[in-house]
Amino acid sequence: MTDAYTRFVRSTPGKLLAKQVGLPRPAPLPRRGDRPEPVLGPVVVLGESEGADQIARELLGWGADVRRRFEELRGVGTVIAVLDEITAPADLGRILLPLAGAMRSLAPGARVVTISRPARGEDPGQDAARGGVEGFLRSLAHEMRAGGTANGILAADGVGLTAPGVLGSLRFLLSARSAFVTGQLLRVSSTAGSTTEDRENPLAGRTALVTGAARGIGAAIARTLAADGARLVVLDVPGAGTELSRLANELRAVPIQLDVTAPDAGQRLVAALRDRDQRLDIAVLNAGITRDKMFANMTAERWDPVLAVNIASQISLTDALIEAGGAGETGAVLGDQPRVISLASTSGIAGNRGQTNYAASKAGVIAFVDALAARLESLGGTANAVAPGFIETEMTARMPALTREVARRLNSLQQGGLPVDVAETIAFLASAEAGGLRGETVRVCGQNMVGK
Amino acid sequence: MTVSDVPSDALILGGNRIPFARSGGPYAGISNQDMLTAALEGLVARYGLQGAKLGEVAGGAVLKLAGDLNLTRESALGTPLDPRTPAIDVSRACATSLETVIRVSNKIQLGQIDSGIACGVDSASDSPIEVTPRLRRILHRAFAAKTAGQRIKALTAIRPADLAPVPPRNGEPRTGLSMGEHQAQTAAQWGVTRQAQDELALASHQKLGAAYDAGFFDDLVTGYRGLSRDQNLRPDSTLEKLGSLKPVFGVSSPEVPEPTMTAGNSTPLSDGASSVLMGSRQWADERGLTPLARVVDARSAAVDFVHGAEGLLMAPAYAVPELLDANGLTLQDLDFYEIHEAFASTVLATLSAWESEEFCREKLGRGGALGAIDRSKLNVVGSSLAAGHPFAATGGRITATLAKLLHQKEVETGRVQRGLISVCAAAGQGTVVLLESVAD
Repeated sequence: MTDAYTRFVRSTPGKLLAKQVGLPRPAPLPRRGDRPEPVLGPVVVLGESEGADQIARELLGWGADVRRRFEELRGVGTVIAVLDEITAPADLGRILLPLAGAMRSLAPGARVVTISRPARGEDPGQDAARGGVEGFLRSLAHEMRAGGTANGILAADGVGLTAPGVLGSLRFLLSARSAFVTGQLLRVSSTAGSTTEDRENPLAGRTALVTGAARGIGAAIARTLAADGARLVVLDVPGAGTELSRLANELRAVPIQLDVTAPDAGQRLVAALRDRDQRLDIAVLNAGITRDKMFANMTAERWDPVLAVNIASQISLTDALIEAGGAGETGAVLGDQPRVISLASTSGIAGNRGQTNYAASKAGVIAFVDALAARLESLGGTANAVAPGFIETEMTARMPALTREVARRLNSLQQGGLPVDVAETIAFLASAEAGGLRGETVRVCGQNMVGK
Repeated sequence: MTVSDVPSDALILGGNRIPFARSGGPYAGISNQDMLTAALEGLVARYGLQGAKLGEVAGGAVLKLAGDLNLTRESALGTPLDPRTPAIDVSRACATSLETVIRVSNKIQLGQIDSGIACGVDSASDSPIEVTPRLRRILHRAFAAKTAGQRIKALTAIRPADLAPVPPRNGEPRTGLSMGEHQAQTAAQWGVTRQAQDELALASHQKLGAAYDAGFFDDLVTGYRGLSRDQNLRPDSTLEKLGSLKPVFGVSSPEVPEPTMTAGNSTPLSDGASSVLMGSRQWADERGLTPLARVVDARSAAVDFVHGAEGLLMAPAYAVPELLDANGLTLQDLDFYEIHEAFASTVLATLSAWESEEFCREKLGRGGALGAIDRSKLNVVGSSLAAGHPFAATGGRITATLAKLLHQKEVETGRVQRGLISVCAAAGQGTVVLLESVAD
């Protein structure tokens, strides 16, 4: 999957040339299979609060080599800066500056994670300090080297640092599963969710629907959720039926051929699920298309299908699933504490030249999951989105070569992500631990330099 | 008691096919094995048969390459079915996969197997091309030669004319007439009008199109190579458009004073594959599968078309009464009729024959006509004229479709439904099957 440029700059002559001319040299990013351990050690936990002690104890429980200072350490795998009790901007330096001297000793693929609280518009000094974490974190992520990432967790006031959402987010950000997530802040808004007992199969006993599953990111999502122990219902348009069947056979999944934009798609989905006795705990709304064109040349033929597939279908499908009845009711097709994860895009956050239709649909998704999360609350459910940046797929392989090459380098990790990176973030949002994340849009973009 | 002591119903549990394509279209260059494997893979996925060891996969193709000796077995091996599932290749021209349905059904009813797949495939785009008999003999001699000298000597006998390939014959070996030419004579003989044929063809397209729109084929068809519907389907065709086409069959035949058969009311050469999942009641229950219909009975017949005693495609007109008599039914006792639309005139000539006192007395030896049928029960979701007709895939397509129709109707009405399948075949043959709904 490595692109030609990256292969070149990793070769001996390429490395030499790139170093002299100052070309970007993307580092290999270890994925789940390459780095199975949950935490890259040793770990330094910074901060003086009770929360910092809790996090340190928690990590000891995960089997990590935990320290509270950098002294005597030659290499550092992970740094966690706990900033939950800061009250003024001056507090930032006290806790964070020790990391400055250790930056050069961070291991390849190192992880830096801040844990702090979001500003709430009450105390100017405290909010300034809390808000400051974001600027620090996003800048630090740009300075990370050798595939290292820096991300933050924003735990709402009242959410303790041992809440499932905080620890689940931390576990995700420290693992190799977040390889292409950097410069992002995950917001944990409640103590909902529960800690997974079965680390090998965190989604065991759960049934997940993936739309647009026949290929690309959708197939990667289905495979990743299946690897996490979920049973799968895979859905795609009839035209992709054979690819869908092959995937279904591979994963022992239930295939459903359906055009999600059909006027009765929701009813057909509900009927198909009832017919096959399937109850969904997880719905990944991945089906999406592009019809790129400058807005000056935009026509309804290019605009309408993009909006219809990328966002309108998500609304109608979730409506139908919810209307079929709540958990426990007869005929219900949603399980207890359902998780909806929708595919947005960085284009929907920052906009992208030639993608007005696509960006409108994806920005719609971001607002949609927020509203849907509120609607699902009574069912104990959540809705969140994932916003991929440049991901190596059949779709991006069709981009003009130069545009593609530039797009790949325009992020802190200087490379395109893989479908599995998107899938891993979705698997996290689908997990029991992610119950405290609601209406969030998590970017999987290598800190693509557009938007927030 | 052993398994074989228990007579069991042979239940149709579902089906899967790939969309049918026009010959030389999107499936050009795709082998029979590829298409049949895709149809089977879709069936395995739909019914969760991964790793399942079935009693038998019975399949076949009409246009079969010499290398496809074990076509069905090789196709099944390409799926996630247990590789210990045996397979057999069967052939009876256009009735091939209907024969595989009968074969699997019989074995299940006898308790020899508990489950099986009936299937068929054909590619008119990848039909076998042979070498001339003379070249074949020379090559065999060369292959058998013991020394290089003998081999060269054998090969020097090849003349330029020997190198011309022999394309597949599009005609009955015994009459030299194509199927269309034969049928043109039958149509003229029965006075089947152009108008009636065009109306039947239009209805086929409209009904198939409406059924696709209603999602009827969602669990019968799996998209393949970008096609999600049958390529031949033209639901927005009109009688005017069909009426504007020139006749293509019987145009130079003295026996056909007024040719009526066009490309619009005749089924084009097609590529495609279909499959039907069948099992005993116990096997279906064990796997949690819902039975749709059971195979009640079947008959085959043949006619003497060589000496002109009967039309080439008229054998079902003989087989159906025999099947009905054996089951104590009249033609009007049926709730659905699936009469394969090889040509619109085939269906119409068959219906006319049953309505004819003369035919039923003289040819069938009955007291009177079988009578007319309620045409609203005929090919209710379209048939071959709209879907296309990859020869050996047609029986499987019709069987799965009819089983679903019967089941749906029984669920709706609470009454047992009966359906008839009638498929005519080359060389004056015909196979017919009686299905009955199951809805519990």
